[in-house]
Amino acid sequence: MADGDLTNLWVYLSASPLVGLTITLIAYSLGYRLYLYANRNPLLNPVVTAITVLIAFLQISGVSYATYFEGAQFVHFLLGPATVALAVPLYQQCAKIRKRLLPLVITLVVGAIVGAGSSVGIAWMLGASLEMQMSLAPKSVTTPVAMGISEQIGGLPSLTAVLVVATGIIGAVTGTTLFRLMRIKDDAVKGVAMGIAAHGIGTARAFQENKEMGAFSGLAMALSAFTSAVMLPWLLHVAGVL
Amino acid sequence: MKFLNGMTLLLIYQLVGEIGVQLLQWSIPGPVLGMLLLFLTLLLRKGMLPSADVASTALLSHLSLLFVPAGVGMMVYFEHLAKEWLAIVVALVLGTVVTMAVSALVMRGASRLFSPETYRDG
Repeated sequence: MADGDLTNLWVYLSASPLVGLTITLIAYSLGYRLYLYANRNPLLNPVVTAITVLIAFLQISGVSYATYFEGAQFVHFLLGPATVALAVPLYQQCAKIRKRLLPLVITLVVGAIVGAGSSVGIAWMLGASLEMQMSLAPKSVTTPVAMGISEQIGGLPSLTAVLVVATGIIGAVTGTTLFRLMRIKDDAVKGVAMGIAAHGIGTARAFQENKEMGAFSGLAMALSAFTSAVMLPWLLHVAGVL
Repeated sequence: MKFLNGMTLLLIYQLVGEIGVQLLQWSIPGPVLGMLLLFLTLLLRKGMLPSADVASTALLSHLSLLFVPAGVGMMVYFEHLAKEWLAIVVALVLGTVVTMAVSALVMRGASRLFSPETYRDG
């Protein structure tokens, strides 16, 4: 095949969704293998590896994010059905959850305030722009909800999506060590803290520990999305930021 | 077949959730309402739908994969992030760890206070 044919083939392929979708799955399974190979070391979170490999590949091949996303959107889309799917573990753990309802509600309200307050406060103290502070405010909330909140309070929704993923990774990587240092063994406590601080990526990590921690994390993530969507705009207004 | 039925069911609940949110003008996302509706269905049915269980387990076992495309979006914001990197890194790391620690402490304290019979932390 001549050089021109190869170039044409690449031009054709790079414009089709097939490439974006396939490289996403390849990069993730690479990341997952590496994670298993390293005995599930939380530092080698498969999301970190996948994102690093993909950004490097796109930068080198000169494919834009928009073109990549045309393929990757099929994976991104599954966030919706996956959120609905959380109803299943929630139902399975219903009896345990019912016994912890009041502590859960109290933790959700405090968690929403601390989650937004700490990130906005720290960013403000270190001189970040208002736009960046507002993009950071919903960082612990699951992606689709966080993007909605960000838009409402004057942040950049797509920047928020990136910060949300980073937050989830940080929570998933540090969580188990933090709970060990704090000597917390109760799965409900660990799960709720993980779900409030680190949404779906934290929940994925929690499910790797056990089903109870995963169910509490999923529940906390879903309910904190709800409380944050209601409370955050109002809180920022009261705090005088908006 | 169970997987296919389960996926169809999840999509139907998501769709109903999206429509419900639009009609009621709620500020929560459609999938969250869809999840609540499926949860209520399972409660009323008093039993698990096997197809929903199969599809849910499949989707949730690799939940973190679904966040990869949004994370790659970082490349669009390199300049933004580079300009304010210190504030962003500290806010992300410290903010997340503090949120997780405070949530864990509150949940532990409230569990000891209100649900001591289910609490087992030694």
